[in-house]
Amino acid sequence: MQKIGVFVCWCGTNIAATVDVAAVADAMRSEPGVVYAADYQYMCSEVGQQRLIAAVREHALTGVVICACSPRMHEQTFRRAAERAGLNPYMVEIANIREQCSWIHKDKAVGTPKAIALARAAVAKVLKNAPLTAGESPVAKRALVIGGGIAGIQTALDVAEAGYEVDIVEKSPTIGGRMAQLDKTFPTLDCSACILTPKMVEAAQSPNIELLTYSEVEKVAGFVGNFTVTIRKKARYVDTNRCTGCAECVAKCPARKGKNEFNMGLDNRSAIYIPFAQAIPNVATIDASQCIKLRTGKCGICEKVCSAGAIDYNQRDEVIERRYGAIVAATGFRPISLEKFGEYAYQESPDVVTSLEFERILNAAGPTKGQLVRPSDGKHPHEIVFIQCVGSRCSEDAGKGKTYCSKICCMYTAKHAMLVREKYPDVRVRVFYIDVRTPGKNFDEFYRRAAEQYGVEYVKGMVGKVWRQNGKLMVQGSDLLNDEQLLIPADMVVLAAAIEPEPGARALATMLTASMDTNDFFSEAHPKLRPVESPTAGVFLSGACQGPKDIPETVAQAGAAAIKVVGLLSKDRLVTNPCVAHSNELLCNGCSQCEKVCPYGAITYSEREVVDRGVKDVRRLASVNEAVCRGCGACTVACPSGAMDLKGFANRQIMAEVDAICRAK
Amino acid sequence: MRYSYYPGCTLKTRAKELDRYARLSAVALGAELEELPEWQCCGAVYPLAKDEIATRLSAVRALMSARDEGRTLVTVCSACHNVLKQTNEALKADANLRMKVNNYLDPEVPYAGEARAIHYLELLRDEIGFGEVKKRVANPLKGRRIAGYYGCLLLRPSAVMALDDPENPRVLEDFIRALGAEPVAYGRRNECCGAYVTLEDRAQAEKSARKIVQSAADAGAETIVTACPLCLYNLKNSAGGLPVRYITELLAEALGIAEGA
Amino acid sequence: MNNENLRDLVVEISGANPRKCMRCGKCSGTCPAYAEMEYRPHRIVAMVEKGDIEPLMRSQSLYRCLACMACVERCPRSVEPAKLVEAVRLLVIRGQGQNHMSPDDIPQKLDAELPQQAIVAALRKYGK
Repeated sequence: MQKIGVFVCWCGTNIAATVDVAAVADAMRSEPGVVYAADYQYMCSEVGQQRLIAAVREHALTGVVICACSPRMHEQTFRRAAERAGLNPYMVEIANIREQCSWIHKDKAVGTPKAIALARAAVAKVLKNAPLTAGESPVAKRALVIGGGIAGIQTALDVAEAGYEVDIVEKSPTIGGRMAQLDKTFPTLDCSACILTPKMVEAAQSPNIELLTYSEVEKVAGFVGNFTVTIRKKARYVDTNRCTGCAECVAKCPARKGKNEFNMGLDNRSAIYIPFAQAIPNVATIDASQCIKLRTGKCGICEKVCSAGAIDYNQRDEVIERRYGAIVAATGFRPISLEKFGEYAYQESPDVVTSLEFERILNAAGPTKGQLVRPSDGKHPHEIVFIQCVGSRCSEDAGKGKTYCSKICCMYTAKHAMLVREKYPDVRVRVFYIDVRTPGKNFDEFYRRAAEQYGVEYVKGMVGKVWRQNGKLMVQGSDLLNDEQLLIPADMVVLAAAIEPEPGARALATMLTASMDTNDFFSEAHPKLRPVESPTAGVFLSGACQGPKDIPETVAQAGAAAIKVVGLLSKDRLVTNPCVAHSNELLCNGCSQCEKVCPYGAITYSEREVVDRGVKDVRRLASVNEAVCRGCGACTVACPSGAMDLKGFANRQIMAEVDAICRAK
Repeated sequence: MRYSYYPGCTLKTRAKELDRYARLSAVALGAELEELPEWQCCGAVYPLAKDEIATRLSAVRALMSARDEGRTLVTVCSACHNVLKQTNEALKADANLRMKVNNYLDPEVPYAGEARAIHYLELLRDEIGFGEVKKRVANPLKGRRIAGYYGCLLLRPSAVMALDDPENPRVLEDFIRALGAEPVAYGRRNECCGAYVTLEDRAQAEKSARKIVQSAADAGAETIVTACPLCLYNLKNSAGGLPVRYITELLAEALGIAEGA
Repeated sequence: MNNENLRDLVVEISGANPRKCMRCGKCSGTCPAYAEMEYRPHRIVAMVEKGDIEPLMRSQSLYRCLACMACVERCPRSVEPAKLVEAVRLLVIRGQGQNHMSPDDIPQKLDAELPQQAIVAALRKYGK
């Protein structure tokens, strides 16, 4: 015999102003199965909860209904209270008479009957509730960080600091990422390498951190607390235990046609190379597509000059498998390709460069050794034009570029302009802008300094076209405030190209079953309140892979991701949500529809033996991994035979709610 | 291969060379251009307003005619091609336009943009192939530095015209190279010559055209070639100093079939 | 006709939406007729959005636009300024007796080489 108690909350005046709470409690008293009904001002308060507990004990209630705010607010609170009262926490139902009733209506005459209907539905549901027990799963005490830029490095450092082991997998031969390519960083104009390399060294030396560079994630299986990841360690053809980083091989390598990725292709590098002087690990790597020996069997000079005997042309990729409790995506970004922006003559002239290329030109370790010269003829420029928002803020129907603002460009252009004016006061610098976006700390002051102290000329307007004429770059653009169309014979043009996620990110998201938005940025679980967690349990987000951001934000987010990881790894066992899907073996027909629609990869099929009406049979049946299942219910809808049902939200329960509502009046 | 051919009014009167050499060259290259049995002036400009129906009908009739012959429609004049192509694409995309046009024209078979409308350059590049053209060149224009002038109509709006990259096109340069000459690319090759504003304000057209010719001259060109009679007119009148010819004149010359070449 | 109605007409005839404009000025940066216009493309878009149609209708700028579609091609927000210009121009010339150019104007503009295409184009753009 069921004994249900109904508690109607006033929520102060939030509910009571539009719903006659006493009338609701009154109506519930005559509902079948209800033995107790009361109303109170603040059910979620300590006093409110005590009242709940007392009523459960006094009337030996077998289930409770709380008519109050959204379950998102206090479902957990009331479940715990019920548990304290000795009731199974899943014999609790919430009727949302606030967000779905009192907050929408203005009139008690309308709000009250609706609240009664909602309460009735909740009673009908709880009458069919069965006690549920949350499950448990173990936690592997190791984290995986995918991406070795500043985001991945910072997350790893913070996780290691908390005492947990963490691997960084990085696809290029060294950690450091984009920050290693920067010359100076805004707004302090710190030398980027100088502030980054200590962190890189710390990561390398930390006993808790293992660097797996020149490696890629190939496969991810498992679930939160128990991921099994397959990692391919690509062959460098160099024994990293022997290589001392002396770079003799680099100096003597005859194959020098490969584009130097570190310098954004502005110069070439040898087939055997160390990406930059401060690379970690400081070992050489052979690019098999450029290496003469690996392609034709001839050469072998690096092997001859290597005094450490570290060259090994027979090295193979090594594939390893590791278990992790948590995974962090930190795959970073790159500038977009400019093929749809031909009006700026980027493909035609080497003197039209992207901002990242310009950064390499300014850098002392770059292709021009830090001298500001034109890539075409090595001459010093006298007139430089910066063009903002190339490929950002474009409408979707424009058919090119990205819809979003790339966030970092206003600041880095102010930085570039300032650095040029400081070092070469003879160079005239103009910036064509739509807006100047400088929201961070000391950011606006930085940009004003560029304009006021260093004489950078900011032109409100946009360039329509750039073309080559008589050795110059003719820049035609509008100056809206002065009502002029300018035609500037420039020596160099710098394009603030939009940034987008690294191309491998989508494949990785698929492996992790982590959601991405249409721009291939990883989606966060909640845009305001859960910025570093993926909706997929156990997967966290760090850095620009989640959205364009600068270094201060990246480091902050990296730390946030780290603490989420630590919060997970610090548990010995994870409590799993018991309101999960469950397949009735006797009804399952093995069609795989549920497996296909599950967004979390929680359903698998296997051959199992069942006893159906006394007959033993081997069938292909669905089984749900309760630790991964999030109870979304998609499988229950897709299932054609009705075998799949949701515990705590069974089909018959939903129908009972509908019946109760329709019965009202 | 036979193609339906839409000459346009100007090719029958002031730009006869553009027409004649187009036909002769096509024959020499193994393509037959059969003029549509009935056609009217396309209107010379594509009406941009959504409610302009009547002004697009002539283009629809030409397209329908080609469709009924089961052939691809070829045009030489850039302006005609722009009107025909944009009209065709609009019919495909806009159900309201399609309905009104078919209601008015009441054809036996309603027209929904089934015809294929190409420009003469697309005929050369995609149907015949510049490799084939090169083979048939009897009189390569060696050493001639020629600037191709695209203007605006062949390329824009690029989502509709889809003839070439709107900012970095290469079909004219490839064409010139196939004729054995040296193509000269220059910054203003896809800027408008002034078009019809030549009748409203001659000075504006002259100014636009002169900038274009100057740009080509600065890049080292000796001649400019174009596919549009109005562009030719504006460029010639600009006093920019470079001779301006039609693409088909040059083609005929290279193929060795131009009289008095 | 008040301003609201005129603006609505312009938006309807053109099929373009001036609200998409982010005030970048690329259209005016691109326009080859910039120097000849009183109101440049970016200003025309802003005036249409504001409903300031009458001054536009009185302006010669409408007849200096070449409909070369460079602004349409390059606008990052797909605002299509050329279509707005044409719509405002149509508001003028569709009025009775409001042709900017009529066949009577042509004879004095003729020369031996003027292509027919130019005449048709001008009459189409400047008159109805």
